[in-house]
Amino acid sequence: MKYAYYPGCSLHATAVEYNVSAKIVAKHLGVELWEIPEWNCCGASAAHNTDHLLALALPARNLAIAEREGLDVAVPCAACFNRLKAAQMAVRGSEEMRNTIKEIIGMDYQGQGEVRAFLDVMVNGVGLEKIQSLVTRPLTGLKVAAYYGCLLVRPPELTGLDDPEDPQIMDRLVEALGGTPVSWAFKTECCSASLATSRTDIGLLPIFRILKHAKASGADCIVVACPLCFLNLDMRQGEINRRFQENFNFPIFYFTELMGIALGYPPKELGLPKHFVNPLPLLEAKEILRHPATRRETA
Amino acid sequence: MEPLELSSVMAQNRDLLKRVEKRSGVDIKDCYQCGKCSAGCPMAFAMDYVPRQIIRLLQLGLVDEALRSRTIWICAHCQACYTRCPREVDLPRLMEALRQEAVRAGLVTDKKVYLFDRAFLGSVERYGRVHEMGLIMQFNLQSGQPFKDVGLGPTLFLNGKISPFPSRIKDNGAVKAIFERVRSRGGAEH
Repeated sequence: MKYAYYPGCSLHATAVEYNVSAKIVAKHLGVELWEIPEWNCCGASAAHNTDHLLALALPARNLAIAEREGLDVAVPCAACFNRLKAAQMAVRGSEEMRNTIKEIIGMDYQGQGEVRAFLDVMVNGVGLEKIQSLVTRPLTGLKVAAYYGCLLVRPPELTGLDDPEDPQIMDRLVEALGGTPVSWAFKTECCSASLATSRTDIGLLPIFRILKHAKASGADCIVVACPLCFLNLDMRQGEINRRFQENFNFPIFYFTELMGIALGYPPKELGLPKHFVNPLPLLEAKEILRHPATRRETA
Repeated sequence: MEPLELSSVMAQNRDLLKRVEKRSGVDIKDCYQCGKCSAGCPMAFAMDYVPRQIIRLLQLGLVDEALRSRTIWICAHCQACYTRCPREVDLPRLMEALRQEAVRAGLVTDKKVYLFDRAFLGSVERYGRVHEMGLIMQFNLQSGQPFKDVGLGPTLFLNGKISPFPSRIKDNGAVKAIFERVRSRGGAEH
């Protein structure tokens, strides 16, 4: 199984642990990742706020490079995934758009192959059965709120991934890893995305609500599949505590980190110490790291 | 708001409204004002007009009022409204089109969001990728809040999450050329 890999800017910066853990679990599960050489930024919301054509052309250049290799593209970042999908859909849907994009990027892009969220590659490509069979350190007793956010599941005709209101794909993954997904109402509520940075005054409230509801649902932690969701939920907790007189110390994980833990990798290798909220005390309290089947650390 | 004679307002703004409809692909008349978009909007609490009201303004021809609203800048593009709309009105694309018109008309009411997007794209055009530390520093300086989030910097830096140096791609100017070609078609005004 080989994919073109589009990490996107965040995975080379604030989401280094997502990148590291994604590569580790892919390798462990026999998924070969070919990082698109000299990939460029997808433009994110800044591009589609500014110009529709720019927002399609920036991702299309990356897709054109992957298309030359005849590979499907695996995308860990939910926002990049959404933008790459949008570019592909626009090119597939209109001959005129295909020609326009070709002119703008100076490369032919036909819209072939699939753009897949890295989560989809793991759960539906590799398969939960295989993942489950390789778990050596089950997440027993860990109650997890699976937080999907927006762009992984919406709009559904674009992402084609799961139910847009009550998605299950990450909950099923948590189960396969031996953890317990909780039922909660804020799975797909927006975290305010880049407004948390550009308008922190209003951007903190949506994040606060997500943390509050995750905690109220009985979860020990939140698992995410998006670098911006992660940054907002993890890095902003100190500010949220000050603003809303709370005392959150709520660990946030990338799903690839939980996979890496369950597959037996040391937390440090997966980048877990890089979080703002240290997730290790929780894993220790649940005795997940001391599970007798721990492979690499006892070897 | 002053009393208005709506048929003349509509006549004055017809061309502008057509342009917004064309840019967004949204037919304003599709909306029957059920309010589902606004009930589920995560940012509605911070808006002056909720999303439903923005469409209502447009339906009445009050395009300027929509362009001056804070709403169009506060939309987070989360796609909840569009996913739930029984009439499939693409509100996020409508908000985009209104932002672009607002920039064109010099009516940017939320300088911070605008400056953030500009700094973001500037970074992409220069390096091919976003240089997050440079983006935040530029945004903080331009928006007059030089010390915003500085407390987070050391932890990010020590964990290798931000770097003072941008990663520049070797694309032989391909990304710059994309920006230039889009601009030559009248887009990417920033």
